[in-house]
Amino acid sequence: MGLALELVCPAGNPAALRAAVDAGADAVYVGFRDATNARNFPGLNFSRKEMTEGLDYAHGKKVKLFIAINTFPHAGDRGPWIQAIDDAAAMAVDAVILADIGLLAYAADRYPDLRRHLSVQASASSADSIAFFSERFGVRRVVLPRVLTVDEIAVLNADIDVETEVFAFGGLCVMAEGRCSLSSYTTGQSPNLNGVCSPASAVAYEREGRDMVSRLAGLTINRFPEGEAAGYPTLCKGRFSARGTTSYLFEEPTSLNTIDILPDLAAAGVSALKIEGRQRGRAYVAEVVASFRRAIDGMDGGKDGRVRLAAMSEGARQTEGVYRKSWR
Amino acid sequence: MAKLTLGPLLFNWSAGKRRDFYARIADEASIDAVYLGEVVCAKRAPFSDPLLPDLIERLERAGKAVVLSTLGLVMSAHDREMVRRTCEVADRLIEANDLSAVHRLAGRSFTLGPLVNVYDEGTLSYLAGLGAIRACLPPELPLKAVRELAASRTAEIEVQVFGRLPLAISARCPHARAYKLHKDNCQFVCGEDPDGLPVATMDHQPFLAVNGLQTLSGAYANYLGDLPAMRDAGVQWFRLSPQDCDMVRVTMIFRSALDGACDGEEANASLAGLIPEVEFADGFLGGAAGRSRCKPS
Repeated sequence: MGLALELVCPAGNPAALRAAVDAGADAVYVGFRDATNARNFPGLNFSRKEMTEGLDYAHGKKVKLFIAINTFPHAGDRGPWIQAIDDAAAMAVDAVILADIGLLAYAADRYPDLRRHLSVQASASSADSIAFFSERFGVRRVVLPRVLTVDEIAVLNADIDVETEVFAFGGLCVMAEGRCSLSSYTTGQSPNLNGVCSPASAVAYEREGRDMVSRLAGLTINRFPEGEAAGYPTLCKGRFSARGTTSYLFEEPTSLNTIDILPDLAAAGVSALKIEGRQRGRAYVAEVVASFRRAIDGMDGGKDGRVRLAAMSEGARQTEGVYRKSWR
Repeated sequence: MAKLTLGPLLFNWSAGKRRDFYARIADEASIDAVYLGEVVCAKRAPFSDPLLPDLIERLERAGKAVVLSTLGLVMSAHDREMVRRTCEVADRLIEANDLSAVHRLAGRSFTLGPLVNVYDEGTLSYLAGLGAIRACLPPELPLKAVRELAASRTAEIEVQVFGRLPLAISARCPHARAYKLHKDNCQFVCGEDPDGLPVATMDHQPFLAVNGLQTLSGAYANYLGDLPAMRDAGVQWFRLSPQDCDMVRVTMIFRSALDGACDGEEANASLAGLIPEVEFADGFLGGAAGRSRCKPS
C-alpha cells in the first residue's frame, strides 16, 4: 500500500530538475538566480529561460513546479522580489513559496489564482500563525518549521484547514528557520537577507599540526583530529566551549532522515514531504528521490534504500530530528 | 522626541531579583516604557507571571508606560494558551513576538517585537494596517533599511541599542544541553546564568551566549556612537535590553547621550567604565558582521 504523500524535490540547476522528475518527484522546487531565494549560492539556480524550459520538462511528465521566493525583500529595494513573483505568475507555475508578509499581500492581491505556499522561513509553528497566513493571504500549504514533533504535527493538522509539508531528508536547521541571525552576526550575510547561511566565501580550512581546523570568517567552528572527516563549518553544527567543556552545543553534524517514520507522518495528516538540497548535484537528487519514491509507494525493500540514503547523509550520521521529543 | 525603553527581561531571574530590579527601575531610571512578560521559554512563565500585577503597578505609579510582551516561539497548545491570555488583556498595549499574537491582536493597537520579521515597507505597512503602531526591528537590519522603514511613516520605529542581541531561538534547549540535561527535565538551569551562559570557540574566543531556548550575541550591542545617525534616520524609540549589570546607570548614560547632555565619546567612556569586562559590538548597523565593532570606544 502506498502512502498519500506528495514528494517535493529540490533542484538547483536544470540537470538536477530533470533527475528529480525522472526519479519520481511529484513536484520540484527551484529558485531564480538571485537573492530572492534561500539557496543563493554561486553557480546555482535558474535563469528565466532555464526556468521556462524546466517548467516544460516537468509539466511534460505531469510533475509540478514550485518557485521559492523565500528571502525577505531589502527595504527600499523590493523590485527583484516583485519581479520574481510577476515572472512566476506569467509562467503559470504550480505554486510560489513565499515567506514575507508584504510579498504574500502583493501576490494574493495581484495574482489571486497563483497558488501560494508558506515557506519554512515564515516560521509558522502554531495553528494561530497558520490561520494568519491562510485567512489573510489564501495560503494553501504551509511548510512546517522543524520545531514540532510528530504528535504536535498531528494536533496542529486537526486545528487547521490547509495542507502541511514537512522536511523529510537532508540538512537540518536546529534553530527556528527564518528567525536566525547567527550567520549575519558572524559573517555579515544571512539566510533572510542574502539567501545564504555560513557562506562558502567565508569558509577556510587550515591544517594545524595534526588537526584540520574549519573556520568561518576567521572564527574556529570545528577542529578535526587526523582520521576524522572534516565537515562543513555550518555555525549551529560546530563545536563550541561552554562551562569548560567543548561539545556540539547546538547540534551534531547530522542529517535529517524520516524514511522510517513516513507512515507516522502520513497518519499525522501531513500532505507532502520535502527533500532539502537545492545545492546538491544531480546524482544525489536522483538517489534520494528514487529512495523516497519507493518508500512512499510501499515498494521499499527495506534495507537497500536505507543503506543508499545513509551514504548520502552529511557525516553519514542521521537523525529523525525534532520529530521525536527526545531530541529537545 | 527620542524615547527610551527597557525591553523584556530575557533571563531567568529569581522573583526577588526581579522585584528589586524593577523597583529600582521604577524609582531611579528615566525610562519611557518598560516591556514585561516571558518571551523566551514557556516553562518559566508559572514563576514569573504571578509577579506581573505588582511590577506593573509599581512601574505605572512611577510614570512608566508598561507593555506586555508575548512568547517568541509558539509551538504547543500550552504555548498558544499563554499567548491567548496575554492578548486578551484589553486595556494595555501588547508587543507581539510571533504572528500568532498578531493574528489575535489584529484590529486593535499593538507593537511588534524584534522576533517578528519586518524587513521591508510592504510588510510594515500591511501590519500597520492591522493596528501595529510601533515596530522594534530585527537586530540584523542595517541603518540603511531602518531609514527606509522609518521613511514609510506607517509605524514608529524602535531599535535595540544596548545589550545582548537575540540571534536565534530553538525548540531544543542548548542551555539544558550545556548542563547535560534535557529540556523536559531542565531543572531550570538557565537560572544559574543571569546574564546568559557564555559560549566560546574552541580557541577560547568569546562568541555567543545561550539563554534557555535562545541564542544571544556574546558581545553587547552598544550603539551609543550611532544615536545621532539613528535619530536622523527616523528612529524614535531606543531599546535597552536588561543585562545583569547596573541598568539604572546604563539608562542614565543613554538618556544623557540622547538628550545631547554628553557626546558619544563621553558616553562610551562611561559605559566602558561601568562594565569594563564586556565586549561591545555595533556591526549590524553598518551592514557588517554583527559581532564587529566599527565605532571605537
